[in-house]
Amino acid sequence: MGLTYAEKILAAHAGREAVRPGELIQAELDLVMANEVTGPPAADEMYKTGAKRVWDRGRVVLLPDHFTPCSNIKAADLCRRMKDFAREQELELYFEVGRCGIEHAFLPEQGIVRPADLMIGADSHTVTYGGIGAFSTGVGQTDLGAAMATGSSWFRVPETLRFNLHGKLPVWVGGKDLILYTIGRIGVDGARYAAMEFGGGAIAELSVEGRLTMANMAIEAGGKAGLFPPDAKTWEYVDGRPARAFEQRGRLLERSEMAPDPDAGYAQVHEWDISGLRPQVAMPHLPSNARSVDEAAGIRIDQVFIGSCTNGRYEDLAVAAEVLRGRTVAGHVRLIVLPATPEIWRRAMRDGLFEVFLDAGASIGPPSCGPCFGGSLGVLGAGERCVSTSNRNFVGRMGHHTSEVYLAGPAVAAATAVAGEIAAPEDIVPARAPAPPAAAGAGPCLGGGER
Amino acid sequence: MSQSAIRGRVRLLGDNINTDDVVPGRYLNTDDPAELATHLFEDFDSAFGRSLAAGDVIVAGANFGCGSSREHAPAALKQRGVACVVADSFARIFYRNCFNIGLPIVECPGAAAACREGELIAVDTAAGRVTLEDGGRELQAAPIPPFMQELIAAGGLIPYVAARLRAQEDR
Repeated sequence: MGLTYAEKILAAHAGREAVRPGELIQAELDLVMANEVTGPPAADEMYKTGAKRVWDRGRVVLLPDHFTPCSNIKAADLCRRMKDFAREQELELYFEVGRCGIEHAFLPEQGIVRPADLMIGADSHTVTYGGIGAFSTGVGQTDLGAAMATGSSWFRVPETLRFNLHGKLPVWVGGKDLILYTIGRIGVDGARYAAMEFGGGAIAELSVEGRLTMANMAIEAGGKAGLFPPDAKTWEYVDGRPARAFEQRGRLLERSEMAPDPDAGYAQVHEWDISGLRPQVAMPHLPSNARSVDEAAGIRIDQVFIGSCTNGRYEDLAVAAEVLRGRTVAGHVRLIVLPATPEIWRRAMRDGLFEVFLDAGASIGPPSCGPCFGGSLGVLGAGERCVSTSNRNFVGRMGHHTSEVYLAGPAVAAATAVAGEIAAPEDIVPARAPAPPAAAGAGPCLGGGER
Repeated sequence: MSQSAIRGRVRLLGDNINTDDVVPGRYLNTDDPAELATHLFEDFDSAFGRSLAAGDVIVAGANFGCGSSREHAPAALKQRGVACVVADSFARIFYRNCFNIGLPIVECPGAAAACREGELIAVDTAAGRVTLEDGGRELQAAPIPPFMQELIAAGGLIPYVAARLRAQEDR
């Protein structure tokens, strides 16, 4: 039996020809990553192993993004501890506020992570890089500290679940809708311990940014990875990035090898036709409570948040702007827009998206994870309801324990901001205009495939 | 580490308890377990959180510890003195974190349905046996994988890695 894409990457990094689900392997890591919440305790754990130095100062990524720019002293102290550690260890991939963004948007954008990489990050949404075909997964700070010392980690080879999404993407349906639909179908533990591998015509049509959005939420189904084997779109995205200073480790895979074998063994294969799919909304308090926006329509909303590692990329902002252009946010609604990286920020500003957002009455803020986890920059009060383009709608996730979070993509979020209640995009924009041509010299944020 | 035989009071929870339920994200501006432990289950059920006592055994349904990778969650449970977490199943990162930091956990399908809040429970992690003392009903837990047993014997991941690094230096 052949290998799934996940098994190929794991085998290559374990120096093996093949690995099988259930096996425990020790594998070499291409890079490790942490933020200011997990980095300082991970650094403490690394020193406890007796190691004085990180295994490779060019492969440890540290960046502050959760509470930044800091609004309280405790958070500032976490950032200071991480920066001190980065200086002490002379890390080449430490980034300061202003020169970094939300980790999971920043790393692929800057070419720091590449297809067929194996990496761990002390943040559960590290799975995002599966969108460009990297096996990347979240761990706790102790695992990360140990990996900073050794450059390796142990993995139980996961079973792979294959998802073939067929059909043409319906209007206003993007990566967020596809992944909410998927989680709705299989549940929040439907892919527990497993690698999710995506393919089919709808995925081929989806932009790389849309795939990053989908991979990002693999964890919300319990997945260990959400993998999109690289295709021509992926390479167009990846090859347009700055070159990184280090090589992939383990047995190198040719580009042609970065795919599942035709006879790969899957624990499950799902064949879904998404041609009739409507934009999705996940109701409180689980991402699996997904339903058509039409079923959620009419729920009065206090805040809309567009941003996060899930939907804070350029394409997301462009879709939101398409809905908001020439319209204004309902009087009782706060619309908060946080572009996920400085590059995205610059491009959104240059392309006039900020004019659209400001004219609509939005507040535009710095790249930050803040609102998504109730940290800062958009925390909810008692009983408030938010439509958020982020990834979790757990009890109290964005603020007070009686507040509610409804997850959606940027089109539904923007439409909701205008309507003041959950609304379908076509209720606001009856006839969607053809996609405008990409701006000249659009730079490295272009994920390709804007619809 | 002696965690083979544990006795305590059942503290019952349902399915899909996530790490935001255990420690809300807004408190992640500290990594001090003592401070984190003061916020246990604050949003999810603050009365439950306050009454969780040293020696208690959390018994939960499926997918315990899902969501965020925050090790702050198991660290806060350990700080409070929770003796063990028994669940029908665990989310992957939480499972791994517990072995890494030495919080005993046991995967035992059917446990949540079989237990009542407050009853006495005995957990033998080595034998994979869960006994409800009222009536002596016994449940079979999933065996702990051999590598995890090595981690437990070493006292967690960091002592395990430290020993490996020392062995490399000695060679």
